[in-house]
Amino acid sequence: MSILLFAESHQGKLKKGSAELCSYGFAIAQQQNTSLTIVTINCKNTDQLTQYGASKLICLNVNVDYFEVHAYASALAEIAVAEQAKIIVISSSADGKYMGGVLAGKLQASYITNVVELPSTNEPLTLKHAVFSNKAFANTVLEGKVNIIGLANNVHEETTQNTSTDVYQQDIHTDIICTQSSIEQSQGKATIADADVVVSGGRGLKGPENWGLIEELADVLGAATACSKPVSDMGWRPHSEHVGQTGKPVATNLYIAVGISGAIQHLAGVNASKVKVVINTDAEAPFFKAADYGIVGDAFEVLPKLTEKLKARN
Amino acid sequence: MKILVCISCVPDTTSKINFKNNNTIFNEQGVQFVINPNDEFGLTRAIWFKEKAGATVDVLHVGEDKADPTLRKALAIGADKAIRIDTPATDAFVVADQISNYIQVNPYDLIIAGRESIDYNGSMVPGIIAAKCDLAFVNTCVKLEIDGSTASATREMDGGMEVLRVELPMIIGSQKGLVEETDLRIPNMRGIMQARQKTLAVVRPIESSSKTAISCFEKPAPKAAVKLVPANDIDQLIDLLQNEAKVL
Repeated sequence: MSILLFAESHQGKLKKGSAELCSYGFAIAQQQNTSLTIVTINCKNTDQLTQYGASKLICLNVNVDYFEVHAYASALAEIAVAEQAKIIVISSSADGKYMGGVLAGKLQASYITNVVELPSTNEPLTLKHAVFSNKAFANTVLEGKVNIIGLANNVHEETTQNTSTDVYQQDIHTDIICTQSSIEQSQGKATIADADVVVSGGRGLKGPENWGLIEELADVLGAATACSKPVSDMGWRPHSEHVGQTGKPVATNLYIAVGISGAIQHLAGVNASKVKVVINTDAEAPFFKAADYGIVGDAFEVLPKLTEKLKARN
Repeated sequence: MKILVCISCVPDTTSKINFKNNNTIFNEQGVQFVINPNDEFGLTRAIWFKEKAGATVDVLHVGEDKADPTLRKALAIGADKAIRIDTPATDAFVVADQISNYIQVNPYDLIIAGRESIDYNGSMVPGIIAAKCDLAFVNTCVKLEIDGSTASATREMDGGMEVLRVELPMIIGSQKGLVEETDLRIPNMRGIMQARQKTLAVVRPIESSSKTAISCFEKPAPKAAVKLVPANDIDQLIDLLQNEAKVL
């Protein structure tokens, strides 16, 4: 009956979002007057998961060495049934969303993604989640016998507890349906999904040859780089960097937009970021209305200065 | 090869989002509805398979007749047949139930559904169908090649790409990248005329019930005005980010 939570890992290493997710899971368990059980799959550094107040940590070993959605969903479904879980907490990351629907289908569970707060009521279970690409929120009642909550990124404070966690190991063997033939991972660089800072460039940068300015600023800040839709459509940058309504969503602490006017579709995709800084030559650019801080100025002058000053600060 | 593309009908990306009846219902007044962009990328790839490899392409929508013009557009840009399951799409579970039942009775080699609709952003429908119909599934698919009964599908992950080899039948969650933006089609007069002759079958739903209910909507709190910093005072910006916003 405890709250079941899946902490994601990648190639054996716990993902960064796990701390936030587990803190949220513990808060729900408190609210529901029950305990928290954390589950990992093929994760090696599970030690830190004992600090979030879970009473149980189940480390599953599944017979696949990459994220195979059917295997992961089957393994979690098996544990959810064994633990008689009524509430399952997962991340709304790319992997989380990939798996969430399959898990919901297997368990006949109700499910909601992009959840931004703790339940506003427990009976019935009501959750607030982002809809219309962050242009609005919906408060939705989950009516399943089992309910899956997909937590959005960067919405809950991290907390730790001084309680003990019992650790269990378990092997699960399942069918493998998708065979991985190759994987390409950006090495050592921050990704749009888990970076604290994202530096994003638009048409105002005039051409792909000027992207060094964006990359240098991103390097100093340990930030991921992103771009607007026209920039990816023109092939200046890869599609995987396009943020906005039809691209990737961004929910970072600091979003710096350079030479991006701020079309409604772009704003929708970056709205969930906490602090937005806009650098644009056009004082009338709509992005200034959605920004926290702005500089009306030429990116080619402002960026090098900003990068240099931040470097000196480090 | 038989392909089914599941189509959701959503407000155009430029739409202003407003609600009515005490913030319980989306206000459709003045809103232009279009094929969900993630579905349209999938449909365009399906039409590529039709033209290059002789596939047949059906499009399926769960919902009421207000979506018929959108389905006609899908026919005008090259789909062979449209099917509408005539029931209100009250949530992702109803939609997935209806689609799952349809494809169990009418099997396809490849089923395409957008990774998410841009209105409710649930991102659940393709996964639920995969579980219900026991189909191989690749989400956030940005490249799809098919050779005989084997597919090679590239999935965009957080911070990387992965290529998966899968046996048909399968379902993909389509998104931008699967085809280029410039490959998207605008219906021409010939396509529109042909679409009038094509079948738009209205199918009765099976019994299924929602698992979620929206009690009310809310809009984000209005933002405070932007603080402008002079372009020659970068120090002030750094100071604000560090000491006021506390993000450095």
